Amino acid sequence: MSTQAVLFDAPGPKARLRHKIFTVIGALIAVGIAYVVYVQFEAAGQLQAFMWEPFVTDPEVWTSYLIPGLKGTFTAAAISIVLAVIFGLLFGMGRLSPFAPLRWFCSVIVEFFRSVPVLLMMVFAYFGYFATSNIVPNQHAPLAAVVTALTLYNGAVIAELVRSGVHGLPSGQTEAGLAVGLTPGQVLRSIQLPQALTAMLPALVGQLVVVLKDSALGYGITYLELLNWSKTLGSAYANTVPAYIVAGILFVIINYTLTKLAVYLEGRLKKKRAKA
Amino acid sequence: MGDIFADYDVLGAVWVTIQLSLLGIIGAMVLGTIIAILRVSPVAVLRGLGTSYVNIFRNLPLTLLMVFSILGLSFILQLSVSDDFARNAFWWAAIMLAVYHAAYVCEALRSGVNTVPVGQAEAARSIGLGFGQSLREVILPQAFRGSIAPMGSVIIALIKNSTVAAVIGVGDSAGLLQVITENEGASLPTFFFFAMVFVILTLPIGLWTTSLSRKLSVKR
Repeated sequence: MSTQAVLFDAPGPKARLRHKIFTVIGALIAVGIAYVVYVQFEAAGQLQAFMWEPFVTDPEVWTSYLIPGLKGTFTAAAISIVLAVIFGLLFGMGRLSPFAPLRWFCSVIVEFFRSVPVLLMMVFAYFGYFATSNIVPNQHAPLAAVVTALTLYNGAVIAELVRSGVHGLPSGQTEAGLAVGLTPGQVLRSIQLPQALTAMLPALVGQLVVVLKDSALGYGITYLELLNWSKTLGSAYANTVPAYIVAGILFVIINYTLTKLAVYLEGRLKKKRAKA
Repeated sequence: MGDIFADYDVLGAVWVTIQLSLLGIIGAMVLGTIIAILRVSPVAVLRGLGTSYVNIFRNLPLTLLMVFSILGLSFILQLSVSDDFARNAFWWAAIMLAVYHAAYVCEALRSGVNTVPVGQAEAARSIGLGFGQSLREVILPQAFRGSIAPMGSVIIALIKNSTVAAVIGVGDSAGLLQVITENEGASLPTFFFFAMVFVILTLPIGLWTTSLSRKLSVKR
């Protein structure tokens, strides 16, 4: 928003009038959208009380559908992010290795998994392996496929974060390490990585939003997460549209909070660095 | 692998992916630019509209939007785009790709505006350029160059996300991969074929936008 103060002069009388007109137009657009949505919902009979009441009056809606759904979403996200960080660290370090063949191998793996759609991996892992074999117990097959796909994709992204984090460090850090007699490997592990990890913390929290959103892809392979449970909820209470809207609101609240947390962490890191 | 080409319309599925991506990119660009203009406008209400749009659509899973468009909007609210079931799903998928990625296009454009140092606008002001002039001659050319690289990432993400259409039964690459894997079992060559389709579709865009953004970057 810093540019904004300069992009626009302090408004004179003419500009203020113009802004007022635009404010009215903007408000009219907002009200217009709300009205169109209202009319559509009313015409389709989606505003009847029995469809919306259960979310407040019936605890079953939460205990039997939405909370299990959230649990499914969080389980998949939590396992995936832990595995993705491990994957990312290994391959990120591999890409920084002085040994060229290892570097190339890791680069190819990372670039490949970064450019393949998550759903493609999920579908293939599920229908190709987990659903048809006994690698994991049958009831966990969808979870295993979701976790596999999310780990590979987000692990590749985190590997890139590690690499750019290390490259972003001042070169004096490496020189100092080498000067006191550490090997390049030791410099990477005990000087560069700890700093890079702190620096990438906000990006990591931001990545969590991606993982949470992508776990909804599990819907396509029958994994029981929030979206899938909302569908069941919708058929049980005959309120499909409200069920999806409530699920959407839950997603927005959780992810918006995480985004804000990432921004907060970023600001704190910047302040710390400015002091140092 | 040869059998699979003979038994299934592989190229047709790839073509659906390309069509979805192109429609999504065009829609997202148009909608995203409008939202970006709202977000940097001096009018608080318009800014609020733009900000809400971005915050809502950036935090919703695309899968939810797609599923909602078919089960909610199309079946229950009767907002069909086409009478034909398959065409209806295809068009809703394209619309939802555009609606979802418009939020990211908006942020890419805005990040471009943010790369322009405040001094540039001040300088434009001080030599007497009006609002429109300084925007046209000084700010926008630099903002555009600054937004090329993030815009490339948005387009790449959109192409990959076009696979989500498979969730609502559009026969794109992911949809066909699912059918083939269910019928024939796991076949790594088939998976690699579809994976490479996306590598080939996205890699040039990434390389091109990176080199373009370097070539056009404003030396500061």
